[in-house]
Amino acid sequence: MKKMITMLMVAVMAISVLTGCGGAEPSGTVATDGSTSMEKVIGALGEAFQNDTGISFTYNPTGSGSGIKAVQEGRCDIGLSSRELKAEEKEAGLSGTVLAYDGIAVIVHPENTVSDLSVETIAKIYTGEITNWSEVGGNDAEIVLIGREAGSGTRDGFESITDTEDACQYRQELTSTGDVITTVAQNPGAIGYASVASTKDTVKAVTVDGVAPTEATIKDGSYVVQRPFVLVTKTGVELSDAAQKFFDYITSADANEIISAAGVVSAN
Amino acid sequence: MKKNQLMEKAIHGLFLVLGLITVGCVLLITVYLVISGIPAIREIGLIDFLFGKEWASTASEPKYGILPFILTSIYGTTGAILIGVPVGFMTAVYLSKLASPKVKSVMQSAVSLLAGISSVVYGLVGMLVLVLGIRKFFDVPDGASLLAAIIVLAIMILPSIIKMSVTALDAVPKEYEDASLALGATPIETYFKVSVPAAKSGIAAAVVLGVGRAIGEAMAVMMVAGNVPNMPDSLFQSVRFLTTAVSSEMAYSSGLQQQALFSIALVLFLFIMLINATLNFFLKREKE
Repeated sequence: MKKMITMLMVAVMAISVLTGCGGAEPSGTVATDGSTSMEKVIGALGEAFQNDTGISFTYNPTGSGSGIKAVQEGRCDIGLSSRELKAEEKEAGLSGTVLAYDGIAVIVHPENTVSDLSVETIAKIYTGEITNWSEVGGNDAEIVLIGREAGSGTRDGFESITDTEDACQYRQELTSTGDVITTVAQNPGAIGYASVASTKDTVKAVTVDGVAPTEATIKDGSYVVQRPFVLVTKTGVELSDAAQKFFDYITSADANEIISAAGVVSAN
Repeated sequence: MKKNQLMEKAIHGLFLVLGLITVGCVLLITVYLVISGIPAIREIGLIDFLFGKEWASTASEPKYGILPFILTSIYGTTGAILIGVPVGFMTAVYLSKLASPKVKSVMQSAVSLLAGISSVVYGLVGMLVLVLGIRKFFDVPDGASLLAAIIVLAIMILPSIIKMSVTALDAVPKEYEDASLALGATPIETYFKVSVPAAKSGIAAAVVLGVGRAIGEAMAVMMVAGNVPNMPDSLFQSVRFLTTAVSSEMAYSSGLQQQALFSIALVLFLFIMLINATLNFFLKREKE
């Protein structure tokens, strides 16, 4: 019994020493704050950065608006915004660097005869103004709206680009990209959205205003169902050493692989 | 002698500690749920929370009404019980009283296998087969619905109902049945008028288990029910259960939304306690 207790104590101490290590690295910290949609990509980048340099990295998922404000007030090193900076924000002394583009594909069943939709039509479909495929040149079938759960970055992105926030009349709210694709692949009347990187052959991605979603069209901006992931900093103010290192690290070509693994298109 | 006694005491103590772990877990979960569930209810208001008909947790003007979830959970569980209990009960009577030993052993292993299938598999098969089947059979635009969830739940609760009922029916003393048969009753009359009433409390316990499993299931239901917070007005509506309300939004939630999810978990917890207490009450009255 005594032996066991001793062993247990040794184990506990060993674990506490291990966890102590991470926080004790003395090389400074980088604080980021902002867009919840960027959680996946910035989290992956932060983790890799922390492993490579030992500089600790924090991310506070508050939303684009709060992130931009946080940089302005000096509460964090780098702000994260999933929209372009507005003119008045730039005038207030902020500058944005695009890290990546988040392209969202609008997907339908492969047998669906509709292959092109405009952003306005997509918005009308999702708000329930258009309810039958025949109204947009397809077969006579009711449109089944498939979406993501509240709080999902893809849903937030899709609804903000199509300007349908809080107005979508979903038939199903699924909790993963995979479920959305499976469901759309199964129902000839379904329409859904998923990040471009994870779209598969079992569904058809429609062209939006005549442009197909590819890496090139997302990068040059001709495919419109997309939004930039922007790093926000103060214009003319130097970043701390640690933050500058992080900034260079994530905008370098080496970070591309991590960025595309997170399902978005790297800007560099 | 002394050594033996010491050993006895030590083992006694060990068992007590192991038992206390279970009790400790229950207490910990209860306390945690109450502490993290109360703040949101206070902020939203108990009446608005429980009887609000709209849930829009991430809207610019958030609404936190969980009546649709409560009703869906009640309807879903009731539906599953209405389908699952008769099927399970009849199967149990057949297995316990009528089936030949060979058939019984094969069928019982099949039932055990059904119990061992994980809920994500039920969900996946439901999503690929059942949802599709409902869409085609009833000619509705989409099959993900309350009906799909009810069918999946009914199948999921079958094993617990069958196993418990078979055990209860097997335990009925053979003399009871022999007496009934000797008095001239047919075998079927005997099973339904003598064996089943004698095994009543065991069968009731089987139903409790079924209700518990149905109301607490999240994964399978999430994949077939559609998950839109609609009021459950029709069987073909896309609906969200109490369990799926918590699990589908928890990953990205923050602030009041997250607290409200804990409050839903608290409501679900109280529901299960209430169901258990009611059925225990009936079981006890039966015995007396």
